[in-house]
Amino acid sequence: MTEIQAGRGAAVAAASGDSQVPAIELDGVVKEYQAQGEVVQAVKGVSLSIAEGEFFSMLGPSGCGKTTTMRMIAGFEDPSRGTVRLHGQDVTDVPPNKRDVNMVFQSYALFPHMSVWENVAFGLRRRRVPAQEIKNRVGAILEIVDLTGREKRRPREMSGGQQQRVALARALVNNPRALLLDEPLGALDLKLRQAMQMELKRIQREVGITFVYVTHDQNEALTMSDRIAVMNDGLVEQLAGPREIYERPATTFVAGFIGTSNLLSGTAERVDGGTALLRVGERGRVLVPVGDDVRQGGAVEVTVRPEKIRISVEEPAADVSAVPGTVAEVVYLGTYNSYAVNLAGGAEFTVFEQNASNSDITAERGASVWLSWQPQHSYAIGS
Amino acid sequence: MSGPLSPALPAVAAGGPRTGPARRPRKRWGDRLLYGYTWLVLIWLFAPIAVMIAFGFNDTRSKSNVSWQGFTFKWWGRLGDYPDLTLAVVNSVTIALLATLITTVLGTLMGVALGRYRFRGQGATNLVMFAAISSPELVMGASLLSLFVSLGVQTGYYTIVIAHVLFAVSFVAVTVRARVVGLDPSIEEAARDLGASTWVTFWRVTFPMILPGVVSGALLAFALSIDDFVITQFTSGPTITFPLWIYGAVRIGVPPQVNILGTLIFAVGVAIAVINTVTSRRRT
Repeated sequence: MTEIQAGRGAAVAAASGDSQVPAIELDGVVKEYQAQGEVVQAVKGVSLSIAEGEFFSMLGPSGCGKTTTMRMIAGFEDPSRGTVRLHGQDVTDVPPNKRDVNMVFQSYALFPHMSVWENVAFGLRRRRVPAQEIKNRVGAILEIVDLTGREKRRPREMSGGQQQRVALARALVNNPRALLLDEPLGALDLKLRQAMQMELKRIQREVGITFVYVTHDQNEALTMSDRIAVMNDGLVEQLAGPREIYERPATTFVAGFIGTSNLLSGTAERVDGGTALLRVGERGRVLVPVGDDVRQGGAVEVTVRPEKIRISVEEPAADVSAVPGTVAEVVYLGTYNSYAVNLAGGAEFTVFEQNASNSDITAERGASVWLSWQPQHSYAIGS
Repeated sequence: MSGPLSPALPAVAAGGPRTGPARRPRKRWGDRLLYGYTWLVLIWLFAPIAVMIAFGFNDTRSKSNVSWQGFTFKWWGRLGDYPDLTLAVVNSVTIALLATLITTVLGTLMGVALGRYRFRGQGATNLVMFAAISSPELVMGASLLSLFVSLGVQTGYYTIVIAHVLFAVSFVAVTVRARVVGLDPSIEEAARDLGASTWVTFWRVTFPMILPGVVSGALLAFALSIDDFVITQFTSGPTITFPLWIYGAVRIGVPPQVNILGTLIFAVGVAIAVINTVTSRRRT
C-alpha cells in the first residue's frame, strides 16, 4: 500500500516539475518505416515522462504504436526523431544490451535450451556478478515468483502461467531501473490472467521497480496502473490516472475505447458560469460543465457513462440533464439491466440499471422514458 | 453391450454380431499386408548393403569378387595390401572432413543471414543456392574443370575440396535457414535485453538453438563429399579418392578390401546417425 502511494506521490512530483529525475522520458519521439517506397509513421511524436516506481500503462488498439514506443525505450528500435532518456541520461543511441531496463516479451522468449535457473541467471552472468551472489539473487527472485523447487525444469515442461513467471523473474533479477512488459498476459486464459494481474501488482509493490505495461485490454490497464497513456494512431490521446481516464475522457476516441460511452452532440444555447445548456429534441435539456473555449452557439460534444444515467417514466426535476426517448432493447445481465434507448435528438444511449431492490425492470421495450443524470457526471469533449 | 438396445431395436441387434466378426479379419489382413510391404521395402533398401558387407568375408581366389566361395576373415588382416587404395581412402576421408568443416562454417553463416535478415541480393543468393542444388553434377564438374584450367590452377587435392565445398554449402545453408526461420526472434532480443552482446547472443542463444540444423547439415555435407564421383572425377587431377579408385578397379576386378573399407565407412555413418538420433531425442 505504501509503495503505491510512494509511486503516486512520485508521479505527482514529476508532473509538477519537481527536481526528482523521471525514470523514463520520451521527448518528441517519432518512428518512421519505409514500406513499399512510402514513409509510414508508426509513432508520430510521443512525449511523456514516467516517474520512479510508477506503474505506467500504454493502452490502445493494435497498431496504435504502443509496442513500437516500448521497443524504442528498450532499444530494439531506433527513433527516427526525438530523444529517449533513462534517469536523465540520453540513451537514444545506446544498444539494448547497455540499457538498464529489462523487458518481458509477449511470447515470453525464454531460452528453450536452458533450465529455469539458467534462464534467470543469464542477465547476472552477462554482468559478471560473482557466483555466490548469482545463487542468492536467483533463489530470492524465484521465491518471489513462487517457482522455488522448479529450478531444473526446462521452459517447455512448464505451464503458460509458470513460463510467464520465469520471464518475469529473468527480467526482475537484474534489478533494472524499469521493467517493460509487452502484453505479458495476452496468452493466458481469463482466470489465470486475472490472478496474474494481482500477482504483478503485488510483485511491483514488493520490488518497487518502475513498470511500463503495454496492453490493449482496458480492464487490465484500469486495474493495475498508476497512470495510463491512451494511444491511438501513433499519438497519445490522453495521459492521466485510471479514474480520470474513465470519468473524464479527453477525446471521443478515449471515451469510446475505455468502457461504454454515450455521445451526444449539439449547440450551446446558453453558456453561464462554466455550464452550457443544450437542447435535445423538443423537450430535452442537457447541462454540462465546459471550459472557456465554448461560447454561445458553439458546437459541444457531451459524453455520459451508462451507469450514471437514471431511467424513469416521469419527467425528472429541472436541475438535472433530462432527455426523453424510447426503449429499443432491454437486456437482463444479472447484476444489472442494460437498456438501449433511442433519444429524441436521434442519438442512441446505453443505460445500466443496477438490480438493487427487485428484479422488475423500469420500462419495457417500446416504452417512452426519461433519461436523466447529474450535470457533473457528464463531460464536454473538445472536437 | 447391446443389452439395453436389443429389445427396442431387434434389427440392429441382429445385424450387430454379424458385422462385428466380419470386420475384424479384414483389418487383420490389411495389417498383414502393411507388415509385409514394410519388410519388403526394408529388404530392398538393405540388400545391396548386406551383399557389400558379406563379400568382404568372401574367400575368393580370382581377382574378381563376384561369386561366393566361402567364409573367411583373411581380407581383414590384409586390408593394407593395396597402398594406393589405402591412400585413396585417406584422401576421401580427409577431403570429406576438410570440406565438411569449411562447408558447415560457411553454410551456417549463410543460413543465419538468409533466415534472419533482409538484405540486398537475398533473392539472388537464394536463386544461386537452388541452382547449385539442382544443377546436374556433370555440368558443374565440367564447368569447374574449365574454370580451373582457364585460371591456370593445377587440379588436385585442394581443387577437390573447393568443388565439394561448392556443391555441399547450399545443402547446409538450406537446412540451417529452415531452423533459423522457425525461431522466435524475440528470444535473441531477450538475450540482448539481458546484456548479451551480439557475439555472446549468437554463441549462447542462437547457436545452441540452431545446432540440430547445423549437425544435420554437416552430416549431409560429409555424406555428399565422401562418395562423390562425378565432380571429383573432373577436378581431381592426379589425386585418387576412394570412389575414383573403385571405378578404376572395376575393369580388372574389385578386391574384397574395397568391401571391407565400404563396410567400415558405412559403420561409422550408422554410428553417427545413431548418436545424432539419441542426443537430439534427449534435447527435445
